[in-house]
Amino acid sequence: MFKRLSNTLPMVAVTVNGTAIDATAGETVAAMLLVHGEHTFRRTTVSKTPRAPYCMMGICHDCLVEIDGVANQQGCRIRVVKGMQIKHQTGAPELKL
Amino acid sequence: MNETIELAVIGAGPAGMAAAMTAHEAGLKVTVFDAEHSSGGQIYRNVDNSPLADIQAMGGDYTDGAAMVHAFQASDIRHIVGADVWNMTPEGEIGILSQGQASFVQADRIIIATGAQERPTPYEGWTLPGAMTVGAGQVLIKSSGVVPADGVVLAGLGPLLLLVAWQYQRLGVKVRAVLDMTPIGNFVRAARFLPRAMMAGDYIAKGWRLLSDLKRAGVPIHRRVTGIRVIGADRVEAIEFMVGGLTKRIDSSVVMTHFGLVPETNLTRALRLAHHWDDAQQCWRPTIDEWGQTDQPRIQVAGDGRGIFGAKSAFWSGQLAALEATRAVSKLNQAERDAKAAPIRDKQRVDHRIRPFLEALYAPNMSDCPQIPDNVTVCRCEEVTVGDVRAAAKAGAIGANQVKVLTRAGMGPCQGRQCGFSVARLMANETGRPIGEIELPRSRFPLRPISLGALAASEPPSQDGTT
Repeated sequence: MFKRLSNTLPMVAVTVNGTAIDATAGETVAAMLLVHGEHTFRRTTVSKTPRAPYCMMGICHDCLVEIDGVANQQGCRIRVVKGMQIKHQTGAPELKL
Repeated sequence: MNETIELAVIGAGPAGMAAAMTAHEAGLKVTVFDAEHSSGGQIYRNVDNSPLADIQAMGGDYTDGAAMVHAFQASDIRHIVGADVWNMTPEGEIGILSQGQASFVQADRIIIATGAQERPTPYEGWTLPGAMTVGAGQVLIKSSGVVPADGVVLAGLGPLLLLVAWQYQRLGVKVRAVLDMTPIGNFVRAARFLPRAMMAGDYIAKGWRLLSDLKRAGVPIHRRVTGIRVIGADRVEAIEFMVGGLTKRIDSSVVMTHFGLVPETNLTRALRLAHHWDDAQQCWRPTIDEWGQTDQPRIQVAGDGRGIFGAKSAFWSGQLAALEATRAVSKLNQAERDAKAAPIRDKQRVDHRIRPFLEALYAPNMSDCPQIPDNVTVCRCEEVTVGDVRAAAKAGAIGANQVKVLTRAGMGPCQGRQCGFSVARLMANETGRPIGEIELPRSRFPLRPISLGALAASEPPSQDGTT
């Protein structure tokens, strides 16, 4: 669906749903996932329908993913760092008490 | 309270950078809080550290911003990046959220320069993965050098629509079609403002060049398009639209829409500042004077957050706001302020000649409201449909706050940023009242999702407002 035109940034290893992939350090999690071919970032809390980034500027909150165990992180605003563990969300995240 | 600041500037786009540099030069202790990690705002995003091999492909209006960003970066202005404002009081207390840590600062004065957002405009299928805004497409180019791999359809109206089509084409991305949804009546209404627009610099010439470049490149441009509908099971597969009485379909895995810009008013509305509906710009704007002064003495607004006037005007409005802030702290007298402001206002006056033309030409089509099908989603977060809002209106709701109570529209994580506008528009249509009389959903702090842990770990603000 999306591709990167050129890459001058260093690559780092991250995991997406437990699978190791090479990602560009410093770019947003959302851009990284789009280039990696992820069509669906999450399934909604109400009807479990698929969603992906819509506005890419922090307004719409449709690119929410789980990052390093913390749910509901805005993928378009958080930058990729080495070792980051990213997971898709389905429905509402569990309340961890 | 953690610290005191003489002038806090919120946002580091053209307005924020200009305000900070002007005030800093005048001797104020300035701190800039920017939600982004690199300066320039949306318009000059990553202009100083572009991932693109050929940044010139983006055009001069983008690359021209580099000088401004470099000047700002080179200054010794205190600049906090990645800092969300989640709370603010009219007394100048600001809640900051940075890397999961919440803190409070106290500012004598605040200039809010948080800019604009794209006008939320729901249509069938707009929640499907692959449907995004044109602005989103441009963010992906600027910040990551990421583009649609297999072509894109761009639909809607406004200068950004043509600009991004032009940028994609220059970057080698297949623009399958541009669907121009500008209503025919807009051309007629805009025509009388054209002579004035011609005297606003080179805007018209530039727009003309974009169009002719696109035509020369063979990009199909469909005019007077209506009734767009995105089709797909779990992701976008195609877009359907009406043109010349016929329904057409173009297959594409990515569809981007744009319907102009509106001020992002969640912060100014949460502060309960006075706002008003602007009929020409078709949006709500904070009510300010010629210095960006709001009805709260400590708080000013600059840039497109005050109304849509473009990047150049945003820069000048930042300078003007800073001059008044400098006067307010007695580091400039009124005559000095006015003398410094005069040449800035002259430039702004010339630049603003383009506005009536653009406003008339790209006025969104508000008359198609009754045609929006009931099953279209309005509130993306809580999945509230057009039909739900219409039902709420029939049940007696008169504004967006009643709709919110009855349907949950506006209660999700985006806090009404995406649906408030559309709900108000639907309510105006359902109740037969002018949209300016419809109440938007109340905007409340915290403005950003903040964890209880972050809140508990923060040092609470002092009760008397002093440090």
